[in-house]
Amino acid sequence: MSRATENAAAFAYAPSLESTAPVAIRERYGLFIGGEWAPAADDRTFATINPATEETLALVAHGSAADVDRAVRAARRGYEKYWRKLRPAERAKYVYRIARVLSERAREFAILETLDGGKPIRESRDFDLPQATAHFFYHAGWADKLAWAVDGAERPRPLGVVGAIVPWNFPLMIAAWKIAPALACGNTVVLKPAETTPLTALALAGVCAEADLPPGVVNVVTGDGATGAALVEHPDVDKISFTGSTEVGKGIRRATAGTPKRLGLELGGKSAFIVFDDAPLDQTIEGIVSAIFFNAGHVCCAGSRLLLQESIAEDVTDRLRLRLASLRHGDPLDKNTDIGAINSRAQRDKIAELVRSGIEEGATLVQHDWTPPERGFWYPASFFTNVQPTYRIAREEIFGPVLSILTFRTPDEAIERANNIPYGLSAGVWSSSGALSMYVAERLSAGVVWCNTFNRFDPSSPFGGYKESGFGREGGLTGLRAYLET
Amino acid sequence: MIRSTARVDAVTLEARAAMLVARSIKADAKRAGIELAIACMDLTTLEGKDTPAKVRGLCARGVSPAPGAPSVAAICVYPNLVPAAVEAVAGRAVKVASVATAFPSGLSPLDVKLRETTEAVAAGAHEIDMVIDRSLFLAGRYRAVEDEIRAVRAACGGATLKVILEAGELGSYRAIRAACDIALAAGADFLKTATGKIGVSSTPAIALLLCEAIRDHARLTGREAGLKLAGGIRTTKSALGYLALVCETLGPAWLTPARFRIGASSLLDDLLLQREKAVTGNYGSAAYVATA
Repeated sequence: MSRATENAAAFAYAPSLESTAPVAIRERYGLFIGGEWAPAADDRTFATINPATEETLALVAHGSAADVDRAVRAARRGYEKYWRKLRPAERAKYVYRIARVLSERAREFAILETLDGGKPIRESRDFDLPQATAHFFYHAGWADKLAWAVDGAERPRPLGVVGAIVPWNFPLMIAAWKIAPALACGNTVVLKPAETTPLTALALAGVCAEADLPPGVVNVVTGDGATGAALVEHPDVDKISFTGSTEVGKGIRRATAGTPKRLGLELGGKSAFIVFDDAPLDQTIEGIVSAIFFNAGHVCCAGSRLLLQESIAEDVTDRLRLRLASLRHGDPLDKNTDIGAINSRAQRDKIAELVRSGIEEGATLVQHDWTPPERGFWYPASFFTNVQPTYRIAREEIFGPVLSILTFRTPDEAIERANNIPYGLSAGVWSSSGALSMYVAERLSAGVVWCNTFNRFDPSSPFGGYKESGFGREGGLTGLRAYLET
Repeated sequence: MIRSTARVDAVTLEARAAMLVARSIKADAKRAGIELAIACMDLTTLEGKDTPAKVRGLCARGVSPAPGAPSVAAICVYPNLVPAAVEAVAGRAVKVASVATAFPSGLSPLDVKLRETTEAVAAGAHEIDMVIDRSLFLAGRYRAVEDEIRAVRAACGGATLKVILEAGELGSYRAIRAACDIALAAGADFLKTATGKIGVSSTPAIALLLCEAIRDHARLTGREAGLKLAGGIRTTKSALGYLALVCETLGPAWLTPARFRIGASSLLDDLLLQREKAVTGNYGSAAYVATA
C-alpha cells in the first residue's frame, strides 16, 4: 500500500466527542410548581435513560393527578396575581430574558438533549437550540404589540392557564413553540414533557427561575400518559396544546369535547416528497436525506413517502443508495454523527415491526450496512423500493429512518397520490420549474409545502396540519392568535 | 441554450457543502489529512516576476518540504519557467505542471494556445492546466468551448490535462455544472475550479458541484476524472474541510495525488506548522518553516 493510500485510509474520521463536562445532571428531579422544586405527592419516580447506552441519567418525579392539580392551581395563582397584571412591555422583558439565558447556556442544553434523547449533537446544537431560542426572541417582540396581531381587537386578552404537552422528538424546541407564545400573550403554563425526555424541560424550568419569572408562570410536571391525561381533564385549564401521536390526539379531542377548553393538536404524518424529472437531483438527494434521516426520522413532518416521477426513479434510487452508504451512524455525542440512537426500545421495536411488514408485503429493503453497538437502541438508515400504495409502510407513520419509495407518471397523479392519505402535515415539491411547483403546491392538502427544500423552520412561519395531522398552527401570527381571546 | 440537463439548486448545494467542510477532523484523521494535503499539493507560483532561481527554490521546497514530510504532487509554473522546474525536480517523483492557453484569460487565438501547450509539453511539463474560454462560454458557444478543450487535450499527448473552469466568472451554479459536463465530455483528466487570479475562487459549494459532476461522469462512463481546487485555500482547517468534502462525495479512493490536487502557494506554511503541532504537540514559530 502506498503512503498516499495509507493516508487516505487513515483519514477515516477519528472520534470527535462533545464533552459532557458543561452538563451537571442531578440524581433526582422534582416537579417545578409555583417556582419551587418538590417531589411528587406520592413520592413516585421514574428513570430517564440515555438511549445510546441504556444508562440511567436521573430519577424524575412521576406526577399524579394531585400534582397536576397543584400545578394548575399554581399556574392560576401566577396568572391572577402576577402575569395578567403585568404591563405587556414588562412581560416582554421576561421572555427576552429566557431567550438570552437559553442562548448563553445553549451548549449545555444541546448536550443534555442529545444525552436524554439520542439525537446527534450536530442537530441539537445546530437546530434544536437555535430554534428554541429563536422562538423566545421572536415572541418576546410580540408581547407589547398584540393589538397589531389581531384585527379589530384593541386589547386582545390572554386565555388563562395553558396545558402544554410535548413529545420526545424535539423536547425543548416544541416546549419553546408553546411556552414562548403563551407567555408573550399573557398566559401561564403547565408543561408536561415526554416520559423519555424530561431533562431539558426541567433545565428550562431552571432557566425560568434564573430569569426571575414570577412563581407559577411556568410549571413543569413530569410523568407519563396518565399525567398528561390529568392535565387534559383538569377543569381549570383554558387551553391544551398537544404535540404527539394521532392516536393520543384523538383521545384528547374526545376528552375536551363539550368543555370550554381551546385545543391545538399537532399530530402524526406520512408526508409526500415529490420529485419531478427536472429537479436538481444532487440537491434533491440531500433534501431526501433531511426529510427522512434528520433526527433518525423521528419527525412528525418527515417526508417518509418519496414519490418519484417514473422516468427518473431508477437514477434517483441509485443516487440515494450511494448516499445511504455515506451516512455516519453512531455515538450521538460524536460531532460527525449523522444518525444517532433511536429514542426508546419501544420505538425501535415499532420501526422493526413495520419494516418486517414491508418485507412481507413484497417491498424491497435497502439498508445501510452497519452493525450497531450491543447496548442502546439503534436502527440503520433504510429505504424500500417496489412499494405499492396499499402497503402499510406506504400508509402508516413509521417515525424512524425508513423511507418508502413510490412512483408517479404525471403531476396530477403525483398530487392524487400525495393527498391519498389520512394525514396532511407537510409536503416537499422538487422541480426546476417554479410554475409546476406552484401548480402542485396549491393542490396539496398539507400544512407546509416546501419547494426545493425540506425541514426549514422559522418562528414567523406557521406550522401545523390538515386532516388527521391535527389543527391549529404554531408560529407566526396564526400561532400567536391561538393564545389570545380575540 | 445550455445543453447540460443537470439542474442545480443554490440553497441546498451551499448548505450541504457548508456541512461537509465543517466535519470535525481530529487526532489521527487530522495527521493523515495534513500528510494528504501536502502530498496532493500543486505548489504554485504564477507571477510575472517569477525567475528560474525563484522556481528552483520552490522546487526544492516541494521535493522536501520538511524533515519526514511527503513531497508535494507537482510544481505549477508559467510555460517559460517549465525548463527550470523540470531540471530542478529531475529524478524526483514531483511532477511539473504548466498553465497554458493564454492563462489566465484564455483570450488568444486557438493556434497560439495549442502551440503554447505543445511547447510546454515538449519542455518536459507532465501536466497542463488550461483555462476554458469564458468569452465563448458566456456567449453561448458551448460547442466551440468543447472543441477547444478537445484540441488542447490532443496537443497534450501523454501529459495530464487539467481544465480550469474559472467558476467565479460563469455566473451561476447551473452554468458551472454545464462547464463541468462540457470539459468532462471533451476529455479533461482533472476539473479545476479557478485560476486564483480573481476574487471568487474555490468555495465549498463550487468544490461540491465539481465533485458531483465528476461522480456523475464516472457513473455514466466509468471514467474517473480528478479534481483540483485552486485559489483561496490558505489554512489547514480549510484544506481538511475540503478533504472531508471530497472523501464523502467521491469516496476515499479520490484522496490520492492521482485524483485530487490542491493548488496553493501559501497553504504549505500552515500545513507544516500544524504538522509540527501534530507530531510534537507544540506549535512552532513560522520562522522555523523554511519558505522558498
